[in-house]
Amino acid sequence: MRIIVCLKQVPDTNEVRINQETGTLIRDGVPSIMNPDDKNALEAALRFKDEFGAELTAVSMGPPQAKDVLKEAMAMGADEGVLISDRAFGGSDTWATATIIAAAIEKIGNYDIVFCGRQAIDGDTAQVGPEIAEFLNIPQVTYVKNAKFEGDKLEVVRYTEYGEYVFEVATPVLLTAIKELNDPRYPTIKGINEAYGDKGEEKIRVFGIGDLVVDSTQIGLKGSPTNVYKSFVPVKNKVSEIIDGNNSKDKANTLVMKLSELNLI
Amino acid sequence: MEIAKVNQGIDLKDYNDVWIIGELIDGKVHPVTIELIGEGKKLAEKINKKLNVVIVGHGVKGITERLLHFGVDKVLYIEHELLKDFNTEGYAITISDLIKERKPEIVLLGATSIGRDIGPRIAAKVGTGLTADCTKLEIDETDGKLLQTRPAFGGNLMATIICPNNRPQMSTVRPGVMAKAVHVDYAGGEIEVINPKISKDDLRVKLIDKIVSGKKRVNLIEAKVVVSGGRGLKEASGFRLIQELAEALGGEVGSSRAAVDAGWIESPHQVGQTGTTVRPDLYVACGISGAIQHQAGMHESKYIIAINKDKNAPIFEICDFGIVGDLYEIVPAMIEAINEKHFLEI
Ligand SMILES: Cc1cc2nc3c(=O)[nH]c(=O)nc-3n(C[C@H](O)[C@H](O)[C@H](O)COP(=O)(O)OP(=O)(O)OC[C@H]3O[C@@H](n4cnc5c(N)ncnc54)[C@H](O)[C@@H]3O)c2cc1C
Ligand SMILES: Cc1cc2nc3c(=O)[nH]c(=O)nc-3n(C[C@H](O)[C@H](O)[C@H](O)COP(=O)(O)OP(=O)(O)OC[C@H]3O[C@@H](n4cnc5c(N)ncnc54)[C@H](O)[C@@H]3O)c2cc1C
Repeated sequence: MRIIVCLKQVPDTNEVRINQETGTLIRDGVPSIMNPDDKNALEAALRFKDEFGAELTAVSMGPPQAKDVLKEAMAMGADEGVLISDRAFGGSDTWATATIIAAAIEKIGNYDIVFCGRQAIDGDTAQVGPEIAEFLNIPQVTYVKNAKFEGDKLEVVRYTEYGEYVFEVATPVLLTAIKELNDPRYPTIKGINEAYGDKGEEKIRVFGIGDLVVDSTQIGLKGSPTNVYKSFVPVKNKVSEIIDGNNSKDKANTLVMKLSELNLI
Repeated sequence: MEIAKVNQGIDLKDYNDVWIIGELIDGKVHPVTIELIGEGKKLAEKINKKLNVVIVGHGVKGITERLLHFGVDKVLYIEHELLKDFNTEGYAITISDLIKERKPEIVLLGATSIGRDIGPRIAAKVGTGLTADCTKLEIDETDGKLLQTRPAFGGNLMATIICPNNRPQMSTVRPGVMAKAVHVDYAGGEIEVINPKISKDDLRVKLIDKIVSGKKRVNLIEAKVVVSGGRGLKEASGFRLIQELAEALGGEVGSSRAAVDAGWIESPHQVGQTGTTVRPDLYVACGISGAIQHQAGMHESKYIIAINKDKNAPIFEICDFGIVGDLYEIVPAMIEAINEKHFLEI
């Protein structure tokens, strides 16, 4: 059994600050992390590995420093890493990103499960997983809260605002993980030493455009059907009134009076 | 299988009409569908095109008839027994086949768990771009293209996305953001029943069970008043107080993610980027700091009240009225004042 896990390196959006003058994000000094949902995907894959001895390949597309998330994945127990990196891939939207990652997955080959996170915390689209599934012509289950084998089929619980749905599906399949799926483990000391040493480096393959069967009109900034036309920082122009008073009761009474004047009570 | 491609030099003039992909849950129309009809109508009028709604299902003719009361030009009803329950492949195949055949210019879906599941799959089958989770849609006056604005980086940044050379222009739209279409007494437009080509073998994922949580469904999206509690409650029992205030105001209980993570309340109550987006008339945040991810789900509320003991909490920057103080003193005093007021009015 082979499981491929797609890991995106993202800026920690909790730490992102805005340059109010230029209206842009200040990324300097903002730590890069493994996208949170992807860590849940990785943990689920590691549990299949623990149970059935699955071979686990971690894949990340990004600049050379995205190797860090592959090493982190190996420190947690992944067997090998694939970094998809090429200047030609820059500026890709979700269509182009999924096209490239699907081509890399085809090259790795022989997979039973492709695991993605539901959503990356920077782009926030949740589109890359389903688009990869379509390009690979495999079924998908998104918002996965639980996944286990029943015989040779997977039984998967999809967790949504409407309730939980239990599905049965044969492999190969693409699943997208949500945080409810599990609590990711910590890397072991031995894992860290190996993954961040020479041994780890040897287990990472790098795929550039020459290594993949992709149509160059479908990738990168030029191949992307969507473009960012403009971006801006949301403006806040509310006038806030802080209610004063001698004590809590006073303040509460004033507030209730104001709400009542506005017909809100 | 042939994989679709983008950038094939299509003639944009071949593409017409605005389509809404309707959503049904448990045999009822999802509110986001009516919101999309409201928004879609505005867009269709701007570009002088028709507004059609696509409904996928089995035995829901009555619903398609009711949709004609919202001023749509046509309901395209894709009807098949295999489409009775939601199924990614069944829905994606039949909707994308119809898009390829009829060539709409704009296609909108709700950014629900269903819309965000099939949206990218449909876009990938058709060969076009998709903009996620939009909160604003406009038509560019100069060339008629769709300007699709959405939050990214957890709400820290807004981006306007375009899809210049491929059609249709597709977006998922966040529920609770657009204004609903108005219901009118007369039924206009027509219903066209589509018999799709689909077989059992196309559906590789099989639904075997559905577990609806036994408790009353939280209806945050529809609520006029939402009272939310956060980590400042300190313990699960604090939600009893929040519930009491919600009842006094005739509203629903919401929460921050921190309160969900602490196990004090269930996740359907969570408001924010990874929870529900609400836009009630009144939003009361008790013991919530106002992190950007929380704000993403509530900042468009008409009136926001913040109760927090830290005067520097970011929630005070976006509130209309704030009280700096201990929620365990303020909230009971509010409940008392509200009940007293109701009493005087009788
Ligand atoms: C402000 C802004 C707005 C944008 N809006 C849109 C838009 O509306 N539509 C659009 O098509 N593009 C959009 N993009 C481009 C999009 O963000 C990128 O294509 C991005 O690389 C992938 O999208 P995402 O971050 O939303 O990933 P998601 O689709 O949210 O990611 C889901 C999962 O896919 C996997 N995955 C995603 N990227 C990678 C990767 N590089 N390596 C490994 N695994 C990965 C992970 O498992 C991840 O959890 C936008 C970009 C910006 C900067
Ligand atoms: C990818 C991502 C997605 C997220 N999505 C969401 C989301 O959808 N929704 C969400 O809410 N969060 C989300 N978060 C988490 C968010 O960043 C915050 O951590 C969270 O909102 C904090 O919750 P809180 O305000 O309840 O807790 P805190 O930030 O700890 O704030 C508690 C507040 O209570 C006040 N307080 C304490 N005691 C009292 C008292 N007795 N009386 C009055 N006030 C008191 C304190 O002053 C403080 O301001 C997300 C985070 C990430 C990284």
